[in-house]
Amino acid sequence: MSNMRQLRFREALREAMTEEMDRDERVFLMGEEVGHYQGAYKVTEGMLDRFGSGRVLDTPIAESGFAGIGIGAAMMGLRPIVEFMTWNFSAVAFDQILNNASKVRQMSGGQFNCPIVFRGPNGSAKQVGSQHSTSMEHFYATIPGLKVVAPAFPADAKGLMKAAIRDDNPVVFIESETLYSVKGDVPDNQDAIEFGRAQVVRDGTAATLVAYSRMTHVALEAAAHLAKEGIEVEVVDLRTLRPLDEETIVRSVQKTHRCVVVHEGWSYGGVGAEIADRVQRLAFDWLEAPILRVAQLDVGMPYNAKLEQACIPQPDRVRDTVKRLVFRDG
Amino acid sequence: MTKESSPKASPHAHSDRFIEATTERSFDASHLAHLYRQMFLIRRVEEESARAYASGKIGGFLHLYIGQEAAGVGALAALRPEDNVVTTYRDHGIAIAKGMTTRALLAELWGKKTGCSQGLGGSMHLFDKAHNMLGGYGIVGGHIPLACGVAFAAKYQQQDRVTLCFFGEGAVSIGGFHEGLSLASLWKLPIVFICENNEYAMGTPLSRTLSVEDVSQKAEAYGIARDRLVVDDVLEVEARVGVAVERARKEQLPTLIELRTYRFRGHSMSDPAKYRTQAELDDHKQRDPLTQARAKLLASKYTEDQLLAIEKSVEEEVADAVKFADDSPEPDLSILAPTTYDGPFAY
Repeated sequence: MSNMRQLRFREALREAMTEEMDRDERVFLMGEEVGHYQGAYKVTEGMLDRFGSGRVLDTPIAESGFAGIGIGAAMMGLRPIVEFMTWNFSAVAFDQILNNASKVRQMSGGQFNCPIVFRGPNGSAKQVGSQHSTSMEHFYATIPGLKVVAPAFPADAKGLMKAAIRDDNPVVFIESETLYSVKGDVPDNQDAIEFGRAQVVRDGTAATLVAYSRMTHVALEAAAHLAKEGIEVEVVDLRTLRPLDEETIVRSVQKTHRCVVVHEGWSYGGVGAEIADRVQRLAFDWLEAPILRVAQLDVGMPYNAKLEQACIPQPDRVRDTVKRLVFRDG
Repeated sequence: MTKESSPKASPHAHSDRFIEATTERSFDASHLAHLYRQMFLIRRVEEESARAYASGKIGGFLHLYIGQEAAGVGALAALRPEDNVVTTYRDHGIAIAKGMTTRALLAELWGKKTGCSQGLGGSMHLFDKAHNMLGGYGIVGGHIPLACGVAFAAKYQQQDRVTLCFFGEGAVSIGGFHEGLSLASLWKLPIVFICENNEYAMGTPLSRTLSVEDVSQKAEAYGIARDRLVVDDVLEVEARVGVAVERARKEQLPTLIELRTYRFRGHSMSDPAKYRTQAELDDHKQRDPLTQARAKLLASKYTEDQLLAIEKSVEEEVADAVKFADDSPEPDLSILAPTTYDGPFAY
């Protein structure tokens, strides 16, 4: 048994990047404010001192430019970690990720790989307004050639980041500003965690809640409320969105017969829609109710604090949705 | 405007050099014959491609390099084999000049498994890792930051490999161009940006796309060296690009070079090029760099028979490649998953 330490989410990410940079000289880090400023959210604190400006590069505000530089460097065998100060800003680098990173292996007939990690905080924070609150993972998860990772706990953040850096494909690594200070147990020797393995983080029988990243915590909170009312729900934490561990989801739904997907971002064509499709195809005979989604309301994120909280999935909304399923007539 | 008699003269980083006609100087005739063969091969490949497109062997978009051969051939002659090249969708000529075989190129255009990208890339996406040909890209300007990353990797790994990045004058209005040049200058990357200014961004003349007629001036804003020349003489292109390549290799400094060139065909096969006059086209064809190179060879030690022999060898090479492409198998569905992900498919 290895010893456990309590680490914050940001510390776990930092440890993963630091250990991988110690291990492999091809790994380097670039992004806005990652070096001298020590990271906009202090994820990269101290890394410039440790690795020097040759491997921890502060970039100008030019996401398309430095994302492209990372992609070209990855094609030449380096292993860049590109931080977006928030995933919202990746929108101006979308062409680089879609048209270059995800496609270069196929376009070259398998001659060139793009082993790169794009990472940063995603989704809502607290009243940061419409343009800083978008959940970008839905856009990226639809793209073949990419892998999309969205951990909820510090140990997973560390293990999945190590796996992302070692992966020979481009990886979109989804974090959340609201999770950076969350603490959790991390084994001393936490190694890479294989992609495509969801975890059942709470057992139950009444319904399956499927969630990832910050929403796993919301689902767990809702589950605790429901337990007080005598409804025991199971919570599946996806950890990676592409590949998606449909086996674990289906196994849970076969047990509970009901499924609710909880995610940030809009529902139209999103990750929840994908999961609903797979569950109805793979577990149709086990379902006793429609699959429901708890997502951001279908509007841009408002600034007003109450309206914002109303838009973001809350434990109450998850709880009410589960109850609609559990007590559904017919 | 200044004229310089020798490209070997110390280049002034920000001098406004625009040479209409090259001053005569001694040259290596056999080297020129080698470049002439490359240019002639590209032209013949392109003519065969046009024919194959008309007969349905090539699908999609087809952007021919006819008229611009001396730009790519001259520029790539200044490179070492280990240097890298990144270019646009008008990439056939660049690929050949970088060393891709005619067979691998035509088989790719035919969509065959024996093509350079196993038939998955097509005309616009030619890759040849063995020859450090890092691709043709189809989003205007999107490859420019990527090319900077290729140059960054060479610097990071302390290799003295230079990267050449080609694009048209249509690309200098988009963000990728500016972010690329800005970062290349800031981080002192060993790269040469080559704007092949063929006067038309698809069907729009540069007078209606650019506020500044001299594209090379864009370098000033980023504090990088620049050069500008009309592509008449392939050797002149080689020499002038060579100065920038050495600057990149020895000083790790980027350069923007504007090559004034002209395409004899439309933007792509679907473009009849009605936006320009026959007189303009004829004028450019009069100055065809291929014809100029041939005349220069005849004026040197080469005889007509020797040049015909070179051209015959090209015809044979093209005929062989066409047959090879015709006879090659197509890729099947099993190729799709392993070329999308390295390792297990992520679904």
